[in-house]
Amino acid sequence: MRTTLIETLVDLARVDERIMLLTADLGWNVVEPFLQAYPDRFVNVGVAEQNMLGIATGLALVGYVPYVYSIATFSSMRCYEQIRNGPVLHRLPVRIIGIGGGYAYGHAGPTHHALEDLALARTQPGLSVVVPADREQLRSVLLALRDLVGPAYLRVAKSSVPAVAGLHGRFAWETPELVRPGRDLLLLCTGEMAHPTLQAADMLFSEGLAPAVAVLAHLGFRPGRALTSLLSRFETVVAVEEAFVTGGLGSLAAETIAEGGLRSRLMRCGVAAGLAEHSGSTEYLRSRSGLTAAGLARRISEAFQRKRMAA
Amino acid sequence: MNVQHGLNDSREDLGKIAATLRRWIIEQSFASKVGHIGAALSVVDAIAVLWGAVLRQPGTKHPDRDRFILSKGHAALALYSVMRWKGLLDEETFRGYCQDGSRLGVHPEVSLPGIDASTGSLGQGLSLGCGMAWGLRLRGSSARVYVLVSDAECNEGQLWEAVMFAAQHRLTNLTVVVDLNGLQALGSTGAILDMEPLGEKWRAFGWECREVDGHDLQRLTSALSAAAGDRPRVVLARTILGKGVSFMEGRFEWHYRPLDDALYATALRELKAA
Repeated sequence: MRTTLIETLVDLARVDERIMLLTADLGWNVVEPFLQAYPDRFVNVGVAEQNMLGIATGLALVGYVPYVYSIATFSSMRCYEQIRNGPVLHRLPVRIIGIGGGYAYGHAGPTHHALEDLALARTQPGLSVVVPADREQLRSVLLALRDLVGPAYLRVAKSSVPAVAGLHGRFAWETPELVRPGRDLLLLCTGEMAHPTLQAADMLFSEGLAPAVAVLAHLGFRPGRALTSLLSRFETVVAVEEAFVTGGLGSLAAETIAEGGLRSRLMRCGVAAGLAEHSGSTEYLRSRSGLTAAGLARRISEAFQRKRMAA
Repeated sequence: MNVQHGLNDSREDLGKIAATLRRWIIEQSFASKVGHIGAALSVVDAIAVLWGAVLRQPGTKHPDRDRFILSKGHAALALYSVMRWKGLLDEETFRGYCQDGSRLGVHPEVSLPGIDASTGSLGQGLSLGCGMAWGLRLRGSSARVYVLVSDAECNEGQLWEAVMFAAQHRLTNLTVVVDLNGLQALGSTGAILDMEPLGEKWRAFGWECREVDGHDLQRLTSALSAAAGDRPRVVLARTILGKGVSFMEGRFEWHYRPLDDALYATALRELKAA
């Protein structure tokens, strides 16, 4: 996804001379095409994320559209106050890229696991939080950002991600995209979790359940109308995200159900335990949190059996 | 369009401006029952020089105006005062300082026309200044950027990140003024986190550094209006917290303390006699 990001930015920057790219010394073998195409509009600020956000704010104050690039933990948390007092407070088009949310940097350990970036970003009403699910949707998001006056936080997958079947790159603000129809329950997912969620839906289908799957890339500050309308059609909603279960997609679903007066029951799938205490690959750490196709299918299936027994 | 200096005052005029601003600071902080008087009085001479004789078209919407960032945002009353003197704020708006619904808070906000950046959290203004200076240079503008920071603000790590960036990229259109009054919220800077020798630190980081008496209008003017060299410039302005009001001078409690009736009368009397 990182390559798609930079390729698209190179294209966009050709027609929009305001676009700049700043990195805090990350993005080896990724950011170089932008540097080669626009050496004047690229800078490596060094290992200094707080300053990078301040510089981006200053650039935007004189008319530029800076993209700032780092690993998701660093671009969201290290400079959180600078994001808030900078582009959010000044309402400026700074684009904050968080690479590799969740457990993408598995073996690098908990300092590199971005599990609260979505929650932190979502609490700022002026900051648009977007988690594209695949390359095509990322392109659509970058195109949509051309018209966004305020700042945005983009969590972009580190590695390549399979195309999400049925999504076809669709993206609209606050809008869940239905990628699989179904009547029994709704699996609502975001970002890299779209693919395992669809696989889990297949497994559940083979057990006799008919789950719908929707991808929500824009996690709004408040419940949106399209999400309320979608959730209102399902008795059971399962939110799937590679993040702590508090503050991100699951919380948005809970807020939507509560404030919309909906009757849906919600299950939040995400990281419910604390920071990892063992080293492990991305797949290992995801599986420990139940964030694989099999893990999701098992948990949802068990919940449904309990529900049937209780009925 | 030609960009003009705000004013070509004589030294005497700058003195009169600074005296007026001091009176307004005392009057308004008393009327609004708000502190941070000491900081405003400590920077007011530098602000009078910058806005009176150095900055080109400050506070306007001109794309090539010089920018001013009050990174030590708690001295905003000095900035509002100079904006009133420049005619950018009418007296009624100025009198709304810290009233409910006013756009004039303890720290400056960009929602107030004429303010180039919202500040208040120390250590962040210079990074904004770096971005502005770089962006303005990139688009071929002759505009310059001035950032006023406090000495205690130099405790913040982010400030030094910005110092290194400006030197690395030779942002010669960037000038910093450090308000070196030697006091911070809870005591003397030397006792809390000694930054001295501060000038040597800035020089070691690749800046051109000038040290002046921050209440000497002539020296401030020449340091701040000197032609740009080949590196960013910092002017260490040695100042006195609460300068101009005897019972405030050099006393750290005037970082926060508001005036009562008796002290207000004394302060005004002293300023009128000066």
